[in-house]
Amino acid sequence: MKLVTVAGPPSSGKTSVVLRVAESLVAEGLRIGIIKFDCLSSEDEHRYARAGLPVKTGLAGGLCPDHFFIANIEQGLQWGIRSGFDLLISESAGLCNRCSPHIDEVLAVCVVDNLSGMHTPRKIGPMLKTADVAVITKGDIVSQAEREVFAFRVRQVNPKAAVLPVNGLTGQGSLLLQRHIKGARPFGTLEGKRLRFSMPAALCSYCLGETRIGPDCQIGNIKTMDFS
Amino acid sequence: MMLDELLQQPLPQLLKERPYVRDFFAAMGIPLPSKGQRLGQVIDAVPAEQLTEFGLDRQELMTQFAEFVKQMEQFKAGAAQPVRTVTILGGCDKAGQPEEIQLELTVGDVVCVVGPTGSGKSRLLADIECLAQGDTPSGRRILLDGEPADESARLAGETRLVAQLSQNMNFVMDLSVQEFIALHAESRLVDDIDGAIEQVFATAVDLAGEPFTLATPVTALSGGQSRALMIADVACLSASPIVLIDEIENAGVDRRRALELLVKQEKIVLMATHDPILALSGHRRLVIKNGGIAAVIETSDEERRGLEQLNVLDRKLAELRDQVRQGRRISFDLDLFLS
Repeated sequence: MKLVTVAGPPSSGKTSVVLRVAESLVAEGLRIGIIKFDCLSSEDEHRYARAGLPVKTGLAGGLCPDHFFIANIEQGLQWGIRSGFDLLISESAGLCNRCSPHIDEVLAVCVVDNLSGMHTPRKIGPMLKTADVAVITKGDIVSQAEREVFAFRVRQVNPKAAVLPVNGLTGQGSLLLQRHIKGARPFGTLEGKRLRFSMPAALCSYCLGETRIGPDCQIGNIKTMDFS
Repeated sequence: MMLDELLQQPLPQLLKERPYVRDFFAAMGIPLPSKGQRLGQVIDAVPAEQLTEFGLDRQELMTQFAEFVKQMEQFKAGAAQPVRTVTILGGCDKAGQPEEIQLELTVGDVVCVVGPTGSGKSRLLADIECLAQGDTPSGRRILLDGEPADESARLAGETRLVAQLSQNMNFVMDLSVQEFIALHAESRLVDDIDGAIEQVFATAVDLAGEPFTLATPVTALSGGQSRALMIADVACLSASPIVLIDEIENAGVDRRRALELLVKQEKIVLMATHDPILALSGHRRLVIKNGGIAAVIETSDEERRGLEQLNVLDRKLAELRDQVRQGRRISFDLDLFLS
């Protein structure tokens, strides 16, 4: 079964892009399953279900969402294989800009949108920098110049990636993304594979539920700023 | 140029020849001093921990830098050799009827795309945009300068054929007109940025009719002014050879002059419109029906003569509009108006 990881900042249009691509691929006869990783709640499973796509939702709750993702993706892959899918798409929100769910050899897609600001491509870091395909959404409402500048900045951050504008509402531009997805590699297991980029780490009292402020309360992996 | 040569070049010379190099390092929090050192020395001085933050080691940084320079040079070379003709080889309509057509669009062409909503105008434009190779529902194929597009360049999204201008578009950047044009010029790797600002600004003011300044925030421009800036910017700075204009009938700019400008800047203009003045300004009209190009109508001499009459009426209507704007009472004799 082929596997694709789709990541991107919240509200960048990941679900819409996946839905448009899946519509066409399902019409070609592919069986597609979705895993949606989110934090506290997710309405997206209803959107997938309405489109007739089998979906599993994982809510990270109090855990770092990407740590939660990597601890569950292998079981997710096995669910997809048992379900007889041809393609499994894992969608996760990149919430802290420093994280990235992309795995070596697994087709990695990052979705960013034209409205997020000119500095966003640089800010979001590894999720975009290590992606194979950068999808840019919401191009229909900004000027041509802004589209060109944004795409250029995405290319600057990740010169190796394919940069594809896709309209998440109409699906315009999704053909080339479909081509990339159809070329994704199949996997029987992810065991032994590596993340493309290490995840943000902390092991401090706050990870364990501390809520008070003060030097006595912060224990473990702590980094302080220089205010001098 | 080889990576080693770049690393050995003094920074002032390197940054003068390739200003984009600064962006690459700035994104990793590595500022480049404007004088003195060579790039290699600067990179050697970056602490390993800083590179680790970006998931890099020195070797990987070099690999990525080489790839970046290669991409930027390709980008520049692509801009130096713009596409001059786009050929559409017919596929079939929604009923599977063959679309027997081979349509060549050359720079300077103004082609109208007509047909009711749902007739397949978007489908045609989507085919052009993704450089269809018989792999879209229409089965059409698009050739650039007579050749099919390079498949790997196509998949990488390297060729952006279509620049769009439509009523729905807005500026969302919080910048002045000057900063806005400069930012676009930088992303196009234009050498003379001040010259580009001057050209786009002068052209935009000329089109807009109502003056604005370089210091005006783009988001504060009126509808007409922002349309004018978008048109001037697309004409002078966009890399895409095709300009798609969608419903600018009420854009508040001189539509005829806008078209002249785009033609002069060697664009292929595709215009989705049902406005008779705009439609007859084109050289040809593509009639879209049931997902296919059903006919190509060349603008006839008779239609051109009709256009002259329409233009007279249009100017008269513009005068009336102006009188309304100035708060005058309109009194006119219809016979006189039509004469």
